[in-house]
Amino acid sequence: MVTVNTNGNSSALIQVRGLDKTYRRGGEQIHVLQGLNLDVDKGDFVAFMGPSGSGKTTLLNLLGGLDVPTSGTVSVAGDEITHMSSGKLTDWRARHVGFVFQMYNLVPVLTAYQNVELPLLLTRLSRSARREHVEAALAIVGLHDRAGHFPRQLSGGQEQRVAIARAIVSDPAFLLCDEPTGDLDRKSADEIMELIEELVSKHNKTVLMVTHDPLVAARAHMVLHLEKGILVEASKSRQNAMAGGVA
Amino acid sequence: MKFRALIFSNLFRKKVRLLLTLGSFAVALFLFAFLAVVRDAFNRGGSVASANRLVTINRISIIQTIPLSYRDKILRIPGVQSVTHDNWFGGVYQDEKNFFPQFAIDMENQRKVYSELIVPDDQWDAFLKDRQGAIVGASTAKRFGWKLGDRIPIKSTITGGTDAWEFNIDGIYHGQRAQDDETQFWFQWDYFEERIPERFKGQIGWYTVRLDSPDDAVRVAKAIDDEFANSPYETKTQTESAFAAGWVKQFGNIELLIISIGSVVFFTLLLVTGNTMAISVRERTGELAVLKAIGFKDGSVLSLVLAEALAIALFGGLLGLGLALLAIPVLGKALSGMLPNLILSKSVLATGIGFAVVVGACSGILPGISAMRLRVVDAFRRV
Repeated sequence: MVTVNTNGNSSALIQVRGLDKTYRRGGEQIHVLQGLNLDVDKGDFVAFMGPSGSGKTTLLNLLGGLDVPTSGTVSVAGDEITHMSSGKLTDWRARHVGFVFQMYNLVPVLTAYQNVELPLLLTRLSRSARREHVEAALAIVGLHDRAGHFPRQLSGGQEQRVAIARAIVSDPAFLLCDEPTGDLDRKSADEIMELIEELVSKHNKTVLMVTHDPLVAARAHMVLHLEKGILVEASKSRQNAMAGGVA
Repeated sequence: MKFRALIFSNLFRKKVRLLLTLGSFAVALFLFAFLAVVRDAFNRGGSVASANRLVTINRISIIQTIPLSYRDKILRIPGVQSVTHDNWFGGVYQDEKNFFPQFAIDMENQRKVYSELIVPDDQWDAFLKDRQGAIVGASTAKRFGWKLGDRIPIKSTITGGTDAWEFNIDGIYHGQRAQDDETQFWFQWDYFEERIPERFKGQIGWYTVRLDSPDDAVRVAKAIDDEFANSPYETKTQTESAFAAGWVKQFGNIELLIISIGSVVFFTLLLVTGNTMAISVRERTGELAVLKAIGFKDGSVLSLVLAEALAIALFGGLLGLGLALLAIPVLGKALSGMLPNLILSKSVLATGIGFAVVVGACSGILPGISAMRLRVVDAFRRV
């Protein structure tokens, strides 16, 4: 269940408390996020919407440990990540977070297989164990027959599938998707969203997604609207009204 | 080894750039190897010099002669074991570019003083019996395809004559060590004395003195020079290695020249490869940010960039040194007579690889640090 402006839900997978992020540009202070509270349970699928500059991507970066807040805390599965050192945070990201980006961000000189294998190179897994994981991830995204293809030999939708396989290969606690369909046509976007829904429903993954597309957002359990760094509205999506509520 | 695919795939990302960078390393290392062997060849006088040999020349310069009559006086100095003398001939064989050093030698004492240059006894005996006989170094014999019994005409240039002197190849000498000079051409001093103009008779170019013990070198050198002080032909006596070093200095400061050229080449290489690595890292900002986002630590990112730079340096360096291994014997042949043997030693190869690794590491370190310091959020904002 997703809860905003919460006063406490100790069982939530992700707990955000009083999150502030301020940038200084020239002499001016820009408040990107202001006092944000949020709880996300395991298996939730949350979409963040809002105009450009509303703080969606900044929130995603803070949840993924890519950036540090000005104040407030983010806890994931009991680990408070906001005070971790850079090295620990990197380790934590490798174990707990899968990232999916709008532009796929695959390494163009590596095959689909090698791209998916990248996060596993940081583990102690043997070559054969890595192979099993990579093949399983590619099978989930339906690209087991494209393992030897380079990104330039794949369509946009296929590239994003490879990126999703890379995000799930190390079995992270949750996925952060920044405009995962932003560079795709409608058909490919639908396919990607089906895949993400499947990851949530079949594989019990927790997904937090930023999108500008209301049709894409509608497929999430919960849509949170941000404006000027504040969560202004939370609504159950039409398809998942039974999944949870807003406190 | 897990990262091998990532490192090599990145290397081959821009094939033309890779080839050009490898080429820069190869050319630089080839040049390094060539300069090193030339420097070695120039300095070899010092390494072939015997510690118990002195060279006595005219105090004014080596091109001024000294009397043959000094020999007996030098022999009387305590600590002197034997003395031989040489004259520079400076003849031309067929064409001036066919240069090799020719000396009129003292047949009686040559082998006593230069015991490391081996002539078979039967050949030496034939040489002693033949007034027009000559002994030639193995390298020069090979260069011109000379064999025993060949008759060789050499045109003299420094004795004023223009006619060809005829010589019979009676022997071929070999050095005992790889660095020994096998380019010389020896012939009988008596034949030389017989044919030169009257004004040059009774004069020799320099003496080479063999000592009982290297410990006597300073004392004997001083005694020789004191013996002929205030005479019309004052002498300058020095150890053979000092003489060899002085000979090289006539060409200028070869060592400084070679080190300067080498330094400029390596510094330029450092700038070229450093720039290449910087561009390579800059155009991969987004990918490096992804690697960091998915868990690659700062040290891993630095190591990846350094590994790429080192791989380029090693492959390029090995390519250049490999080319040098093939080309230096050919160049040595082409320059035969102008320089002693060009020998590409293992130490030069090892130093070359060492230089390549250092330049590779230096060229990768700054781009690597900038990749290491890359903030994922900033990188995505930039991309």
